[in-house]
Amino acid sequence: MAGPNPHDFLDLSALLNDEERLLRDTVRRFATERISPGIGGWFERAEFPRALVPEIGALGLLGMHLQGYGCAGAGAVSYGLVCLELEAADSGFRSFVSVQGSLAMFPIRTYGSEEQKERWLPGMAAGEIVGCFGLTEPDFGSDPSRMRTSARREGSDWILNGAKSWITNGGIADVAVVWARTDDGVRGFLVPRGTSGFSTRDIHNKLSLRASVTSELIFDDCRLPAGAMLPGVSGLKGPLSCLSEARYGIIWGAMGAARACYECALEYSKTREQFDKPIAAFQMTQQKLVDMMIEIQKGTLLAIHLGRLKEAGRLSPQQVSFGKLNNVRHALSIAREARTILGANGITLEYPVIRHMNNLESVLTYEGTSEIHTLLLGQAITGHSAFQ
Amino acid sequence: MNIIVCVKHIPDPNLPGVMDGFRLKREGVQGVLDPGDEFGVEAGLRLKEELGGEVTLVSMGPAQAQEALRRGLSMGADKAVLISDDSLRGADALVTARVLAAAIKRGAFDLVIAGVESTDGYTGTMPATLAELLGVPQLTFTTAIEVSDGRLRVRRQSADGYQVVECSFPCVMTVTAGVNEPRYASFKGIMAAKKKPFEQLSTSELEVEPDALKPGQEVVEVSLVEQRKAGEVLPDDGQGAVRIATFLKEAKVI
Repeated sequence: MAGPNPHDFLDLSALLNDEERLLRDTVRRFATERISPGIGGWFERAEFPRALVPEIGALGLLGMHLQGYGCAGAGAVSYGLVCLELEAADSGFRSFVSVQGSLAMFPIRTYGSEEQKERWLPGMAAGEIVGCFGLTEPDFGSDPSRMRTSARREGSDWILNGAKSWITNGGIADVAVVWARTDDGVRGFLVPRGTSGFSTRDIHNKLSLRASVTSELIFDDCRLPAGAMLPGVSGLKGPLSCLSEARYGIIWGAMGAARACYECALEYSKTREQFDKPIAAFQMTQQKLVDMMIEIQKGTLLAIHLGRLKEAGRLSPQQVSFGKLNNVRHALSIAREARTILGANGITLEYPVIRHMNNLESVLTYEGTSEIHTLLLGQAITGHSAFQ
Repeated sequence: MNIIVCVKHIPDPNLPGVMDGFRLKREGVQGVLDPGDEFGVEAGLRLKEELGGEVTLVSMGPAQAQEALRRGLSMGADKAVLISDDSLRGADALVTARVLAAAIKRGAFDLVIAGVESTDGYTGTMPATLAELLGVPQLTFTTAIEVSDGRLRVRRQSADGYQVVECSFPCVMTVTAGVNEPRYASFKGIMAAKKKPFEQLSTSELEVEPDALKPGQEVVEVSLVEQRKAGEVLPDDGQGAVRIATFLKEAKVI
C-alpha cells in the first residue's frame, strides 16, 4: 500500500458525501478545462470573460446555496467546495461567484419582496443577469456605519446620491444592490443598470484580481421607484449578513488558491534539477513543501468543520472571522513560499503562483480586513471592543 | 426512443495502473467513468432531447462501478443497470458482451451506444460482438450522427476520410472521441441522480447459461510498455518541412 496521497494527505475526501465529491470533481474539471487555459492571458490583459458566466450558471453554481427561484438549495459544504475549486483556478472567478450568489442574490432572496425575487433571481441563477453589491465607499471601508451615500424620499420615489468604490462586477452588473443611509437607518436598494443618474467607472490600474471587474458606482440624483427598496431589513445588519455569507466562501476559496500554489511548487521541485539532483531532494525545499501541505490540510479541515456547523445552523459570524483570517493569511504565505521554490520562473504568468499571490493580497483585505477580523476575535474572547 | 448506453468504470487513466496478478486492480483504486464513454452518454442525451424517449445506462463491473453510472445519471441519463457478480472477475470481451446483451434484452431497445473501445482493456471487440448477440446491425467509429426518416445515418471514420452509412433501428452504434462535446453535470443533475432508478443485478437474474460466463481467453503474460525512446532528429537541410509532412503522412496524421 502506498503512503498517504500528497494531494489529500489526511484523506479529507472521506469527510465528504458522494454528491459533494461528484460536485467537487465536476467543478474541478470545469475550472481545469474552461478557466485554466485562458486565465494567464485574461489576467495579463485585465479581462473578465463574461461569456463564461452563463456556463457557470448552467452548472448551477450561482446562488446555489439559496432555495427556490431557480436556485438549487445546496448545503454549505457543497457551496464551499465550489468556491475552493474555482479559486484554485483564479480568485477572480470565486469572487464573481461570491458576489453574484452571496452579496447580490442572497439579500434579494432574504430581504427582497416577492416581486423583486421573481424579477431578478432566476436570471441571476442562470448567469443571464449579473449583480454587484455596493457598501464600501471611497472614504469608508472597515467603518461602513459612516457611509455618505444617502437616499431621500420624494413622493413615493427615492433619490439616491453618493458613490461606492471597490465594487466587484460593478461595470458589468445589470443590477446593483446598494446600501444607503435613510431617515429610517441603512436600507438596501436594487438599482438596474441604465437607471438615470447611475453610472459606473472601472478601476484599471490594479495589480491584483486582474481577471475580475472592479468599479466605482456613482449616484447623482438617481431616482428609484418605491419598489426598488429591499423591504425586509434595515440597519447595517443587512449588508453585514451578506458579508458573512461571502466570507464563508472565502474560507474555502483561499485554500483552493493555496492548493494550486502547493501543487505547482511540488511538481516543479520534482523536475527542476540543481547540483545534479531535483530541488525536491533538498531539505529546505522539503521544509517549505511540508509546511504548505500541513497548512492546506488544516485549513481545509477547518473549512469542512465550519461548513458542517453552518449546515447545522450553528455557525457564528465570529467563527467565520476565525476561518477567513486563518485561511487567507496562510494562503498568502503559501503562495509566497511557493514562489521561492519556482525561483525566477515563479514571477511569470507561465505558472499560476504569482497570480494567486497577487490575488490573495486583495482577498486578505476585502470582505473584512485581517486586522478587523483579528479585532472581532479579540472582542469575542476578551469582551472589549478595540475598534468601536 | 429507448436508448441504451454501455458504460464502464475504469481505474483513473491519469494515475499509474496497479496490477493484481495479470489483471488490472479495480477495487480500492481511484476510478472514473471511462472518458470514451462520456461521448456515448452525450450522444444518447442529444438523441433523447431531439426525439424523446429515455436513456438507460448499462454497465458490468464491481460494486464500485456505480460511481461511473452515477456520473452518467448526473449528466442526465434516466436510469442505470449495473451487473455485478464475483463470478465475473476476469471476464473477457466475449463474456462481457454476453452479459450486457442479456441485460439489454430484458427490455425493448431502439439503439445501443458504446465507445469504440475501453480506455483500460482496449480490445475494441465488445460492441461488434454485442451487435451480433443482439442480432442487429452496427454502425461503428461514428463522428457525426443524425436520424432521418426513422433511420440512423452517421459519418464513419475511415483511415483516409469518412463514409456515410445508415441503417434501421434497432441497432448498435460506437462513437469516437470528438463526436460531440460531453456536457458537465450540473449541481441539480448531481442531486437528481440520487433519486433516479438504479438496478443492481447478479448473473443469476439474467438469462445466460453459466457456461457462457466462463472466459475463453486467458492472459498468459503481461509486461510494461517499453520506455519511450528519444525521438528521431531530422537536421533541417532546407527540406525540413517536406520531411515532417512525409513523416506525418506515414503516421496517417495528415
